[in-house]
Amino acid sequence: MNPDRRAFLQKTGKLLVLSASASVAWEAIVAGRPETAENYKMSDHWWGMVIDIDVCIGCGSCVRACKEENDVPREPLFFRTWVERYQVTPDDLEHPTVDSPNGGYDGFPVKDKVDEKVKHFYVPKLCNHCHQSPCVQVCPVGATFVSPDGVVLVDKTYCLGCRYCVQACPYGCRFIDPRTETVDKCTLCYHRITKGLTTACCETCPTGARQLGDLKNPKDPIHEFLREHHVLVLKPQMATGAKVYYNGLDGSVR
Amino acid sequence: MSGWLKDKGHLARMAGLFAFGITAFLVFRWLMVPAGFGLYGHYRAGALDDAGARPLHYAGRAACEGCHTDIVEARQGSRHARIGCEACHGPLIKHAQAPTEVKPTRPDGRVLCVRCHETNPWKPKGFPQVKVADHSDSGPCTACHKPHAPKIS
Ligand code: HEC
Ligand code: HEC
Ligand code: HEC
Ligand code: HEC
Repeated sequence: MNPDRRAFLQKTGKLLVLSASASVAWEAIVAGRPETAENYKMSDHWWGMVIDIDVCIGCGSCVRACKEENDVPREPLFFRTWVERYQVTPDDLEHPTVDSPNGGYDGFPVKDKVDEKVKHFYVPKLCNHCHQSPCVQVCPVGATFVSPDGVVLVDKTYCLGCRYCVQACPYGCRFIDPRTETVDKCTLCYHRITKGLTTACCETCPTGARQLGDLKNPKDPIHEFLREHHVLVLKPQMATGAKVYYNGLDGSVR
Repeated sequence: MSGWLKDKGHLARMAGLFAFGITAFLVFRWLMVPAGFGLYGHYRAGALDDAGARPLHYAGRAACEGCHTDIVEARQGSRHARIGCEACHGPLIKHAQAPTEVKPTRPDGRVLCVRCHETNPWKPKGFPQVKVADHSDSGPCTACHKPHAPKIS
């Protein structure tokens, strides 16, 4: 008698779990898809960005704008984009001093004693929207992906919060949103660029140090910029297919 | 007549079992795989719409410039002209959509400027910087500089 009852309980238990997960999935389906943006054809675009370190003034406008636009958690502080500041002794590229107080959210504190021999510069960072991205490759459930227009996105309804991608990103661009326990990252303001607007960070950058570019649009000024400057992506040796191009990138930056 | 079916009842049972198993799998898969999965790749196509459906906060300078032509004129030729309005005024799409109902507050004419112009060795050499403590007292910078055309000629 007893073994039978155990088997019965096991079976009903499994059935319950299965039907529960099925109903959750069903809910996600019937919730439906919001209207796809009008007049926007994904196959006509391939998004990237240029960052001109030579003109970045470290005002933090991009960091603040990103938080406003994308509701990035502030308590504790997380970042979809942030600004690092480097101090490098010119002949010792391997040991830069790097910090990023509050990611640049409040701007940067002033330094009174300046060593004239040390090189100083800011480096804004964000997701590189790699088209051969290691973060996408490690996702076990297809919750993160490269969109047909070249943006690395996260499906928050699908993400398990397993943190594989957080580990896999060579640039440290992903974090777990403490409110949802799912992964969060820069979307390149997908809700803006699909409506013909630029990203919040580029919109508020006062010097043009950040410029969104459509690599498939032959008229986009990004092509001229890339032609006329010696640009580099971060960690090219990782062969991630990064699409954030830096002008004036120092060898000490990683 | 029934020669070829003779002794093959177990095969029919097997076939039935397989048919049931495959149907059950297909039904289960249909239930579990969300709509649009695999349309563009190994992900849910609807996720693109989700990402695209978030609310906007920044209107973009083109929107501001459409209405505030006086400010555009004031900025003409100034080195502040290429700064987006919302870099200083903050996200204002609600104002752009209903200008009389949502009235923006004026930015602080000191905190704002200092963030960009305080001298710091990390800033590029050509950028106009001042040692704020030496440059002015604690009043607003806008007492001397016009925010939309800051050069004092
Ligand atoms: C549809 C036209 C329209 C658009 C678009 C618009 N504004 Fe306005 N704005 C107005 C009007 C009208 C007023 C005056 C409102 C009042 O006084 O009640 C105003 C007032 C303001 C003020 C306050 C002026 C004061 O006296 O304090 C600021 C600042 C401002 N706008 C900035 C912006 C910015 C930045 C944008 C772009 C995001 C923008 N506006 C977009 C019409 C517009
Ligand atoms: C460098 C920062 C900065 C930028 C860029 C900027 N503003 Fe302003 N703006 C200010 C400040 C500061 C004030 C408040 C002046 C005051 O309090 O007297 C102001 C005031 C205003 C006012 C109301 C008072 C007035 O002078 O008429 C309007 C309207 C306005 N800005 C619109 C705009 C628009 C439109 C743009 C973009 C074309 C823009 N601003 C860009 C800093 C800026
Ligand atoms: C978001 C950053 C930002 C803010 C805020 C800002 N500025 Fe500027 N300012 C700039 C940039 C960028 C330039 C131009 C640099 C260039 O052309 O290379 C500039 C240029 C200037 C200049 C030099 C003008 C010239 O023609 O030589 C003055 C003076 C100035 N700003 C004063 C101010 C004052 C006063 C405020 C506050 C009302 C202010 N700025 C706020 C970014 C800012
Ligand atoms: C008492 C009037 C006064 C006040 C207040 C004032 N400035 Fe100035 N500022 C000047 C004058 C005069 C110049 C030189 C003329 C010019 O370049 O426009 C100048 C020049 C500048 C420059 C250009 C420096 C360069 O190298 O080209 C900047 C940047 C600047 N001021 C920022 C500020 C900031 C930020 C504040 C507020 C903390 C401020 N100013 C407050 C009078 C003032």
